[in-house]
Amino acid sequence: MARETEDPGMAKASKVKRQRKKKTKENKTRTVHANLLYDNAKGEENPNRHYANNKIKTTKYTVLSFLPKNLFEQFHRFANVYFVFIALLNFVPVVNAFQPELALAPVVFILSVTAIKDLWEDYRRHRSDKEINHMDCLVYSRAERSYVEKYWKEVRVGDFIRLRCNEILPADVLLLSSSDPDRLCHIETATLDGETNLKQRQVVRSFFDLDCDFDPIKYNSIIECEKPNNDLNRFRGYIIHRSGRRDALYKENLLLRGCTIRNTEEAVGIVIYAGHETKAMLNNNGPRYKRSKLERQMNVDVFWCVIILLVMCLFAAVGHGLWMFQYGDKRPVFDVLSPDGTDLSPIMSAIYLFLTMIIVFQVLIPISLFVSIEIVKICQVYFIHQDMELYDEETDSHLQCRALNITEDLGQMQYIFSDKTGTLTENKMVFRRCTVAGVEYSHDANARRLAMYQEMDSEEEECTSHGGTLPNEPASCLSTQPSAAPWSVRLTFTHFSYSVLSADKPSSDLQEKDITPDPQLLDKVNECSSQMDFMRFHSQPMSQLPSDLADVIDFFIALTICNTVVVSSPNQPRQKVQLTSTKSIQSNHLQVNKGSSSSLITNRSSNKGCSSMLSSPSAESTLTKLDEEQPPRDLEHNFGPVLPCYDGKAWNLEEGELRYEAESPDEAALVYAARAYKCSLVGRLPDQVTMELPHLGKLNFELLHTLGFDSTRKRMSVVVRHPLTDQITVYTKGADSVIMDLIKPPDTGSSKGKRQKKIVNRTQNYLNLYAADGLRTLCIAKKIMSKEQYACWLQHHLEAETAIQGREELLFESALRLETNLQLLGATGIEDRLQDGVPETIASLRKAGLQIWVLTGDKQETAVNIAYACKLLDPEEEILTLNADSQEACALFNFTTFEIYPSSSPSSSSSSHTPPFMVHRLGLVIDGRTLAYALDKSLEDKFLAVARSCRSVLCCRSTPLQKSMVVKLVRNKLKVMTLAIGDGANDVSMIQVADVGVGISGQEGMQAVMASDFALPRFRYLQKLLLVHGHWCYSRLANMILYFFYKNAMFVALIFWYQFYCGFSGSAMIDQWYLIFFNLMFSAFPQLITGTLDKDVSAETLQQLPQLYVNGQNSEEYKPYMFWMNMIDAFYQSLVCFFIPYFAYADSDVDLFTWGTPFTTLALFTILVHLGIETKTWTWMNWLSIAFSIALFFTVALCYNASCPTCYSPSNPYWTMQRLLQDPLFYLLCVITPVAALLPRYFYRACQGTLFPSPIFLRFRRLKNWNIFWCFCNPGKCLYHNDASQHMIRF
Amino acid sequence: MMASSYNAKDEDGHITVSGPGGGGTLRGKKPENTAFKQQRLPAWQPILTAGTVLPAFFIIGLIFIPIGIGLYVTSNNIKEFEIDYTGVDMSSPCFNCSQNFSWNSTRPCTCTVPFYLEQPYESNVFMYYGLSNFYQNHRRYVKSRDDSQLNGNVDSLKEPSKECEPYAKHDGKPIAPCGAIANSMFNDTLELFYNDPNGTRVQIPLTNTGIAWWTDKHVKFRNPGGDSSNITASFQGTSKPVNWRKPVYELDTAADNNGFINEDFIVWMRTAALPTFRKLYRIINKTSSMVPTLPRGNYTLEVVYNYPVRSFEGRKRMILSTISWMGGKNPFLGIAYITVGSVCFFLGVVLLIIHHKCGNRSNSADISN
Repeated sequence: MARETEDPGMAKASKVKRQRKKKTKENKTRTVHANLLYDNAKGEENPNRHYANNKIKTTKYTVLSFLPKNLFEQFHRFANVYFVFIALLNFVPVVNAFQPELALAPVVFILSVTAIKDLWEDYRRHRSDKEINHMDCLVYSRAERSYVEKYWKEVRVGDFIRLRCNEILPADVLLLSSSDPDRLCHIETATLDGETNLKQRQVVRSFFDLDCDFDPIKYNSIIECEKPNNDLNRFRGYIIHRSGRRDALYKENLLLRGCTIRNTEEAVGIVIYAGHETKAMLNNNGPRYKRSKLERQMNVDVFWCVIILLVMCLFAAVGHGLWMFQYGDKRPVFDVLSPDGTDLSPIMSAIYLFLTMIIVFQVLIPISLFVSIEIVKICQVYFIHQDMELYDEETDSHLQCRALNITEDLGQMQYIFSDKTGTLTENKMVFRRCTVAGVEYSHDANARRLAMYQEMDSEEEECTSHGGTLPNEPASCLSTQPSAAPWSVRLTFTHFSYSVLSADKPSSDLQEKDITPDPQLLDKVNECSSQMDFMRFHSQPMSQLPSDLADVIDFFIALTICNTVVVSSPNQPRQKVQLTSTKSIQSNHLQVNKGSSSSLITNRSSNKGCSSMLSSPSAESTLTKLDEEQPPRDLEHNFGPVLPCYDGKAWNLEEGELRYEAESPDEAALVYAARAYKCSLVGRLPDQVTMELPHLGKLNFELLHTLGFDSTRKRMSVVVRHPLTDQITVYTKGADSVIMDLIKPPDTGSSKGKRQKKIVNRTQNYLNLYAADGLRTLCIAKKIMSKEQYACWLQHHLEAETAIQGREELLFESALRLETNLQLLGATGIEDRLQDGVPETIASLRKAGLQIWVLTGDKQETAVNIAYACKLLDPEEEILTLNADSQEACALFNFTTFEIYPSSSPSSSSSSHTPPFMVHRLGLVIDGRTLAYALDKSLEDKFLAVARSCRSVLCCRSTPLQKSMVVKLVRNKLKVMTLAIGDGANDVSMIQVADVGVGISGQEGMQAVMASDFALPRFRYLQKLLLVHGHWCYSRLANMILYFFYKNAMFVALIFWYQFYCGFSGSAMIDQWYLIFFNLMFSAFPQLITGTLDKDVSAETLQQLPQLYVNGQNSEEYKPYMFWMNMIDAFYQSLVCFFIPYFAYADSDVDLFTWGTPFTTLALFTILVHLGIETKTWTWMNWLSIAFSIALFFTVALCYNASCPTCYSPSNPYWTMQRLLQDPLFYLLCVITPVAALLPRYFYRACQGTLFPSPIFLRFRRLKNWNIFWCFCNPGKCLYHNDASQHMIRF
Repeated sequence: MMASSYNAKDEDGHITVSGPGGGGTLRGKKPENTAFKQQRLPAWQPILTAGTVLPAFFIIGLIFIPIGIGLYVTSNNIKEFEIDYTGVDMSSPCFNCSQNFSWNSTRPCTCTVPFYLEQPYESNVFMYYGLSNFYQNHRRYVKSRDDSQLNGNVDSLKEPSKECEPYAKHDGKPIAPCGAIANSMFNDTLELFYNDPNGTRVQIPLTNTGIAWWTDKHVKFRNPGGDSSNITASFQGTSKPVNWRKPVYELDTAADNNGFINEDFIVWMRTAALPTFRKLYRIINKTSSMVPTLPRGNYTLEVVYNYPVRSFEGRKRMILSTISWMGGKNPFLGIAYITVGSVCFFLGVVLLIIHHKCGNRSNSADISN
């Protein structure tokens, strides 16, 4: 579709048109005009006519295109092409084996089953499309001069639509007007990204000042914006007014299709993207397609089947050639000439016969295998979905399988790569301790209270001591500081004895909100604020405040306002709390930047929901305002526009009832913490933050800027005008590593500088202690700017914001300019509690032989402590810490390791051969920088060698890219199955690289879930998913595939043996109908039932004995030799099934098809009984399916044999079955043949069960003994032992 | 281990409680707790060990061996006599016929084969002809027929199916019956004489009806134009198969055994499964005049030798057999049952030993439980 555009500089409509014609294709922007300017939305004149309308069509097919398109898609699968080729081969008279039409039947059947499935899905899409297209919305009509109801599908780009509260947006709409006094519109984006907090969107800046209703007729601006793209968090463009003025547009101005309007009575906007070009639709991509390991293995065996097929065909062809040759020139009467009466030479006949045999033996490559596998997988996915134990009541979510075809991979995992925050931990933050101005406030009371909660919560749990106090001897030997040598390394082995910090159980959310303040700090806050109140009253400058007290109050101000938390009240969850005027009017000195002049109101900035940084007042207004003396406020107007407009009732809310909605749980924790010190956030508007302080009452901070958090900067800042000092202040909050570097180097001369230095040093010490305690640390800093500095910075920043190209980079640089020379205020320690059941899950996954690596962005000490808490690292084991500051150092380190543990240098063979005594003694901790060196080509092998000899690996401070590189490295080099689990956007790359990606649908949005194959509500569900469902899926599917190969080989071999008795002429004694439908109908159901429902071990046992998982890891259920064993068994069984009837009917008057029909029956019985031997659990479904199969065969046979006396050439089986059923010989055959055929397998299974039972087998018998056995030997040894024994015994 | 510690009160303070309407009490997605959905259907879990499987082996053995013995005895009670009259040997009476005979010979060659029955044949005796090395199951041979024509379809009579090629038309006239099977129909005539000890030569009456399947004779095969009308006229305009001496409407004199419903023809058209086969030729019915049906003594088989088999090393036999409930004489099934039964029994013993020697180890664990 050609998009028109125009040069960004062009503003005039007339020029636009000319330009448009010239450059149609290469433009990168879209121009939107109001439709009202044109007579007809579709008319020639309308520049919007080329844009997609809002009618959506997600269907793939139309009535006409369905057949060709669907077939085309299906023929992308090679197998289908092969089967069609075979079927078409039948139409060549020289080689045909079956009735050509009949030979088409299975292919047509398979194709049509798939087609019907596709059609049904498409029909459902069509119905939902129709429903969506016919939803109503209000569109402004030029003719009626008002908003009229229209269907969604009639909405076009450039239309004005009016949205009411709780309505769903029909298209991507640029917000032009809102009934909200702050010109805001709240939307809920849960349908798009799963985030449930409200997002604020704001009216385009130039439409701010419209106090009356927005009148579409008067609108005459032109919008230039990006072409449609799928980035939900990005929208760039500008609006050009008639006056020629340009205003930038941001994603804050855009309402996305699919979102719901909340808390806003009415909003008006212009449609920018419609229908398929909306961001929501562009983000809609179907389920992912991956190929599982089992399927890859299977494809190898399918390839072997092809080889076997060709060998058989070749054998038959040669045989036929020789058979022909022996008759010489005298052709016997039964060797029929070709239709035109000529006779073929033996060689030509052999060649034709080769093709014929391919048709006859085609069943060997099971046409229904692929369909059956898909059916079974769908059932497996269904059962996983239905599992109650994978359902999380708290979030009302259950496991989602997003990739439908890799369920069995879950049973074969070897390495798990896990994120920490939000995956192992709750990502629910609890404020634990803080340090302000170099003084530590340990919040002992709070810690005691938390401990009490936990005791309450886990009375029956083993009690672990909680980290209310700092651990006795923290990780002092961890070498975080590189020494002075050019390349240095410190290799530290530490024996840890740690008090486990975290709770095994989550305590209630109350903890997050209720913080018992540290009395000392509380006193200081009170003292400080009373002093400030006093000063304010006496109009003294605030700078007279003692600096430690000033720091305390600044610290809390920063905690309160340096965030994007939105305040709401629990009674009315989605109503923004409005400030009541009564109290705040008294605080005359407070600056409320909401004067009567509307020009000031234009200074709005968004702050909610920005992960990118931006927010800027429009240039002119802010710059001018800076110089303006703030006029004394007219009290009447102070909150005039803010008065509640919902029901005319003012909200008088107690502080305690306020609820904070934060994008990141850290922020909420900090705000709640500040509230405990009576510094509470009471309201947040785009341009101001209101907080309440003791004695001082409500203070309104004019919010000049918010530089949102991002993972590169690792910090966020707000620029405010301090209401008490009237200074422009920057509050920055961020990771200690970055903030510490940005601290203004103290000038050592002055006493103030000395104090600063002391604070920095002390804070650093405490930060180390916090980290060692497993707390997440954040540093708080501030900076005071002069107006000139700010104006200068603002100028640059605005330039950056309006740039269309490279805006991100410019904004980044702009942020860097602001966040320098900070003054450190203090630091906080926040606890992120472990999720429920994480240590148990990790322990049992590890028993299952899974290697667990934790890759986290957190700092080393924090990560190590969490690792201890979740039992990833064991206090008993030695920790190998890798902190190198150069590549050489890293290399050296590796050599050292080998010297210390020469035995641990593993060969390149499989990981299970690592000496077990090594496996459980080492834990490896590596930081991001060292990881970067280790991942270098030259060192990666050594790194892997070391990592493999360790029981657990912990990578700290790693970037998302490093995470994915580690996964890729392990996956490619060790050839193991990898699973990556994470919850945040930073885990997406790792999730995508791993064989199986699991997303935790937690607190951090849905990006990880969107990228994942499976989405879990909680980490602990991984245990059941892998150990139970993974095991089942794998063993069921593996057994089914093996059975399929056996079944087809056995059936086809019957015909092969017959070739020896029909002159290798490609004749089949089995009626072609039976031959073709045997797989498709008669024998299809029992194996599907078994493949779906069979349980070799019960769920309970699998969870009690995670060791059983090794079965899948080593592919014990499906080894290459098993394929061949099954082939040999099939060979034997077919010999029995062929020769018993052969001898029983030898030299009798039996005719070809009367003799052949028992073969079908016998084969059916044999393979059903075979399935029965292999079935571990018999439910009524199994019985029913077997009974159904047999009944189906006889019914079909009887009907078929009675249906037509002259049809079905050449077999013409009229009344054959009926006669057979009167023949006692038939019954005698049906009894003896399956028994004789299955005797060896049955005997073998019985012997196996007694003589060398597999671990799985022992479940029934020696469960208790087994456990004792496992307890005696250490886990590593056991696994090894287990491996060896299993190699011997599993069949 | 998987105990959920969810507690309702946790809900209240949740930071990010979802929007209005999502009050949190509705648990819509919770899976149903049914045995099927939770994969907890009551199930029987057979455990295959020596101990559990052992009875099955003995039971199979105990059932199979008697059946096998019964079958073997039954098969042995069936009397069967077989004589090869191909005439490969110089000494054979049919040697001459076989030597200079081909499909094209016009003059029939007759030979007489004497034989001696050592046992009297009671009840009905079935007379078969047997062919060896004759691949009636060849793929192209099996297809070479037109069932529709054989069912009396007039259109197919005039225009035989292309499956019959190259035996569909001869000299422009459609062949009835068409196809290679019909063309190669067995056309020896066998007659049986009893040489009474007192010198007289009694011809044994051979019934040529009732040898084909009832459904074949009455449903599958029909003459064109119905049974009543003049059969010769019905086949007007058709040609006889190339190898046949006489047209299809002259196969027999009896109207209900002529044309396509001739039973010899029907029997031949039912193609044999294996290259060595027999086909029912005649039935010697038990009569009150002659008891036993075939007494012991000397017999003569008179063969009108029409059917050439020497070119493909084929053999022709005449078989006389009585019949039991399980068909003709074939000791194989009895032996098979006895063998399989014995093997089962033997394996059962082996399992018993295994069970006692090795099963104890695991059983001790059971006891300790």
